[in-house]
Amino acid sequence: MNRKSIAIAAFSAVMVATSAQAASRDQISIVGSSTVYPFSTVVAQQFGEKTSFKTPIVESTGSGGGLKLFCAGVGVEHPDITNASRRIKKSEYDQCQANGVKDIIEVKIGYDGIVVANSKKADQLSLTRKDIFLALAKEIPDPKGGDKLVSNPYKTWKDVNGNLPAIKIEVLGPPPTSGTRDAFVELAMEGGCKKFDFIKAMKKEDSKAYKGVCHTLREDGAYVEAGENDNLIVQKLEANPSALGIFGFSFLDQNSDKVQGSKVDGVEPTFDAIADGSYPVSRPLYFYAKKAHIGSIPGIEEFLAEFTSEQAWGEEGYLSDRGLIPMPTEERQQFADDVKSLNSLSM
Amino acid sequence: MNNNSTPSVEDRVRASLKKRYAREKRFQYYGIGAILISLLFLCVLFGDIISKGYTAFQQTYVKLDIYFDPALITPEGQMDQNTLIHGDYSGIIKQSLRDAFPNVSGRQDKRKLYSIVSNGASHTLRKKVLAHPELIGKKQSVWVLADDEIDMLIKGHISRDIPEEDRRLKDNQIQWVDQLMADGRIEKRFNTTFFTSGDSRDPEMAGILGAAAGSFYTLLVTLALSFPIGIAAAIYLEEFAPQNRFTDFIEVNINNLAAVPSIVFGLLGLAIFINFLGLPRSAPLVGGLVLTLMTLPTIIIASRAALKSVPYSIREAALGVGASKMQVVTHHVLPLAMPGMLTGTIIGMAQALGETAPLLVIGMVAFVVDIPGGITDPSTALPVQVFLWADSPERAFVERTSAAIMVLLGFLALMNITGVLLRKRFERRW
Repeated sequence: MNRKSIAIAAFSAVMVATSAQAASRDQISIVGSSTVYPFSTVVAQQFGEKTSFKTPIVESTGSGGGLKLFCAGVGVEHPDITNASRRIKKSEYDQCQANGVKDIIEVKIGYDGIVVANSKKADQLSLTRKDIFLALAKEIPDPKGGDKLVSNPYKTWKDVNGNLPAIKIEVLGPPPTSGTRDAFVELAMEGGCKKFDFIKAMKKEDSKAYKGVCHTLREDGAYVEAGENDNLIVQKLEANPSALGIFGFSFLDQNSDKVQGSKVDGVEPTFDAIADGSYPVSRPLYFYAKKAHIGSIPGIEEFLAEFTSEQAWGEEGYLSDRGLIPMPTEERQQFADDVKSLNSLSM
Repeated sequence: MNNNSTPSVEDRVRASLKKRYAREKRFQYYGIGAILISLLFLCVLFGDIISKGYTAFQQTYVKLDIYFDPALITPEGQMDQNTLIHGDYSGIIKQSLRDAFPNVSGRQDKRKLYSIVSNGASHTLRKKVLAHPELIGKKQSVWVLADDEIDMLIKGHISRDIPEEDRRLKDNQIQWVDQLMADGRIEKRFNTTFFTSGDSRDPEMAGILGAAAGSFYTLLVTLALSFPIGIAAAIYLEEFAPQNRFTDFIEVNINNLAAVPSIVFGLLGLAIFINFLGLPRSAPLVGGLVLTLMTLPTIIIASRAALKSVPYSIREAALGVGASKMQVVTHHVLPLAMPGMLTGTIIGMAQALGETAPLLVIGMVAFVVDIPGGITDPSTALPVQVFLWADSPERAFVERTSAAIMVLLGFLALMNITGVLLRKRFERRW
């Protein structure tokens, strides 16, 4: 009996000791998007090397999961910063407010292009967003004419657009849980979808049905969910020259000897084209910081300063080497000023 | 009797004998075929991993003539620790690269030139100066890490034949590397960094030690909890518990738990250990607790099987000479069942070592640079490191992913071999 009670006492002592340790976190905790993860980690590493603070911990939880953790409350057990490959939603902001996370600093860090690429062994394609929509949507306007929707009959790219080669439509892309997929659907698919007047008109009347038409991908095998791993998609494209793949620009940048990005609306996905906004399928990346934690967790202000320094996110900064597309100079200046004065977000 | 129309039993047996032998042979071939197919798969898998990963055990180094410029290290001439730590070591490296290639001019070209050497090179110099401050003001040749892309070029993972615009390494960079090679300034060495450092976003500086330490602490917690609890549960259920509906119910539940997907244990751990008890996220302590829940059923089931296999006569003999029930268990049954219990535990541990899913929800899928020093420090685990590297865009992480898999497989093999040896050593047959 005695031994047992000693064991219980020891166990609870460990628990208390660890909770006491947790109560004084001296390391920044970052959660959020897997798209921002490669950039956030580079900054974290630089920050750890340059300053006397500990290197922040960066978790890859996805944008939605990160915001949920971030908005759960104020205190050392909650993360200080969350990365997002989309802007915070009103509902998430309200959740934050309800849980006492009042002051949030929003920082846009740059842009990420989403490319539709194929193997170098095949010819480069030149697509329009309308082509992408017609090739990949579950339901499309009747090719015979009229304002009717039919399930997608197209088998080859030539069926979609006479100028395209007669190869089978086979597109490898991310699953629905991915932020890349959300952005692709919103920017490329919806962009093409809007070209049809009657669908555009639906937006006002019935925005749910509009979204259903524009955002639903085919399920008959033309669109293949290839998992969250972009490296895997690149490998599959190499093995299958007739397939196309959808992934982030940084993977195209790293594998430019194996795959090529298709032109979208006549613009090739290059660093410059994404930076000046002429490439249509690009999205902003963000991170959000908790103002209440500044002061209680050491180094947050310095980390924000590192992230928003020209050395990091500037045109020749180390983040651009990793494939982050920098914002225009004025926009960078504006966000850097916001960070310096710790302006909080209001929605 | 005329047997021509109706053959005797013996003849019939003899006639079918050939067929029966053939059938038995065929059956054996099916078995051999099954084994060969599994071996083939295993060979393809290992072949793929090893052929992709073996190059990661070597790393390219560049020899630079470094002038430890006092103006860059200690502009004001102080020699205290703090000044030396904050010296501009990357400036020194840039200077030495400019000296080595004096013809390079223009901002873009200089940037390309600087990118031959890893960002980690300045740490090498910093460490050197901190250990030997007398180097300041002197010239010395130093081997520093090459950038991951140069490393890939040297190892042949970047082809020189493709057009320049499709390559991340440009023609002039390749030319510089060739010149360095001709001067004997480029060398491949055993990659000690891979085994001695934590994660990094620069592939040439990334190592497995942080993840290995995380796995070690996690398994330590798992072993410390699941082994005693599992064995105590098994002994009670097998030796002491009455046979009734309640114990049947418990048995069914243990068997069910063994088949529950591991992510469920992760979610449970998130709810109880992190949200309710307030234990830290990303810590091996929580990882170990979650994996304990996962391995407990395995250990209990294996331990009960081991206890069952101890012949009843041993218990009866012990009781016959006057041993108490407790003495029977601790003096006789438990020592005889121990090898089986240990094997079960090791199998459970090996399973826990390879587990990623439950660690995802408790925050162990994270970028952690520092090597954890205890069960409450943030850390990752080996399979998580494989997962994170496999998802990184940099080309050089491909080989490191495979190398990390090899390390993980090595540990798994080691644990399973220990299990087999323990069984061989202590097993008793009746």
